[in-house]
Amino acid sequence: MAAVGVAGTEQYNFDIVRKFTIMALVWGAVGMLVGVYIASELAWPFLNFDLPYITFGRLRPVHTGAVIFGFGGSALFATSYYVVQRTCQTRLFGDGMASFTFWGWQAVIVLAALSYVMGYSQGREYAEMEWPIDLLIEVVWVTYLIVFVGTIMRRKQPHIYVANWFYLSFILATALLHTFNNLAVPVSLFTLKSYSLFAGTQDAMTQWWYGHNAVGFFLTAAFLGMMYYFVPKQAGRPIYSYRLSIVHFWALSFLYMWVGAHHLHWTALPDWTSTLAATFSIMLLLPSWGGMINGIMTLSGAWDKLRTDPIMRFMIVALSFYGMSTFEGPMMSLKDVNALSHYTDWTVGHVHSGALGWVAMISFGSLYHLIPKLWDTKMYSEKLINIHFWLATIGTLLYITAMWISGIMQGLMWRAFDDFGNLQYSFAESVAAMHPFYAMRAIGGMFFLTGMLLMVFNTYMTIRQSNSQASKLEINPAKAAA
Amino acid sequence: MEWINWFSKDENTKPLALLIFFITFCLILIYVFGSKKRGERLESHKDIPFLDEDSDTKEVK
Repeated sequence: MAAVGVAGTEQYNFDIVRKFTIMALVWGAVGMLVGVYIASELAWPFLNFDLPYITFGRLRPVHTGAVIFGFGGSALFATSYYVVQRTCQTRLFGDGMASFTFWGWQAVIVLAALSYVMGYSQGREYAEMEWPIDLLIEVVWVTYLIVFVGTIMRRKQPHIYVANWFYLSFILATALLHTFNNLAVPVSLFTLKSYSLFAGTQDAMTQWWYGHNAVGFFLTAAFLGMMYYFVPKQAGRPIYSYRLSIVHFWALSFLYMWVGAHHLHWTALPDWTSTLAATFSIMLLLPSWGGMINGIMTLSGAWDKLRTDPIMRFMIVALSFYGMSTFEGPMMSLKDVNALSHYTDWTVGHVHSGALGWVAMISFGSLYHLIPKLWDTKMYSEKLINIHFWLATIGTLLYITAMWISGIMQGLMWRAFDDFGNLQYSFAESVAAMHPFYAMRAIGGMFFLTGMLLMVFNTYMTIRQSNSQASKLEINPAKAAA
Repeated sequence: MEWINWFSKDENTKPLALLIFFITFCLILIYVFGSKKRGERLESHKDIPFLDEDSDTKEVK
């Protein structure tokens, strides 16, 4: 065995992991910046500047696309390609195909953002891309599946580690969801406009079957894959219970598929469908908490790491937010709670407790673990990681607290009647009442964005540090040999 | 083929589906927690992330 420099033949394909890691950070910064901007537009409408390109309606999908698919997606490509190689102890299958997934995925994010700004959208939440971009996603995704399954098939380790099960279920489910949600007929071959194959209630049902499973498989199962590898690695001890992870996987994968209709309570949807979705949502609490407990208990006997290791702190706080939002979700899926919460900012707060608290935090922790390994050096500043942690935590708390207050207030104002049976408040009055909380939400977002920018700076300096160490070794090979 | 009509009725397929899913869930639980020996084997897989520790620095074998 011989240790080799950066230019040496590598056992693993880390080049693709590095590329996706960098783009995850870039899209994270861009997406969160746009998020803060549109949050500020809601609080201070003059920021629209009467320009159609930067109105809330157009920038909102730019924000969701950049953070979910740009930041989250790139982080998932990076970590899944890393984890599958490390746990299968084999090199990634198809270097060229992996490279295609990188350039293809980045093209998807850029084209989608440009099309939204220009006013093109098919109006399906988290799937606003028009049909040509959908086709590109389809090709990239099938290539991703081939690369991932190809790597598993040539593994040297007989057992497929549970993190890969979660990643694979995410890839398969996303392929299904994307295909069926985007079945549409283009107006003509040379226009971006298309019309959905489904109509009315069926269309809404398909949309939310996609929408909630995007949360379930893209934003939950996949990041659980990340958790099952990086939490044990950072803690330096194996996962608390492997058997629990198996039950967690099957129960979660089975139950998530049924819950989408809870987004359509009190609509034209048949009542039994609504009830079925709520029932499965309640059942989903069990595997979700099983997984959370499995992750947190991994630290059992080494709780002191929470005091000393900011990366571990990111991961455990992420799991805590995961537990909290997977309690809140089933509660909000109850019809009576939903009657108050739906169409209000409470939903926005709930999504962000999952997206900021769980998805982003577990990604930050995992990427902070990964970056020094990818560039063969230490992180430039542990202090900056610590500051990032506190900024992210305070930002998330400010955000979700503001949305809880604002959302519940909105719901109560909308349903309030006076003594004569008339609505007590006009819609405009409810908007005016929300103003302080919109400002508070924007400030929470600024905290979170500042943390993200610190991470970008810390990573940039880490890569620079690695490059200068490598060039010093090249200048003085005798020192390297010593 | 008359028997196939039985499946077209909600009152039949709903409890059937419940039964199939519940039995499958019980079988998974029995598989995972039913045997001490199998349990030990399954638990041994949790060390997989640590098996290629040596490769943390880039190495050629």
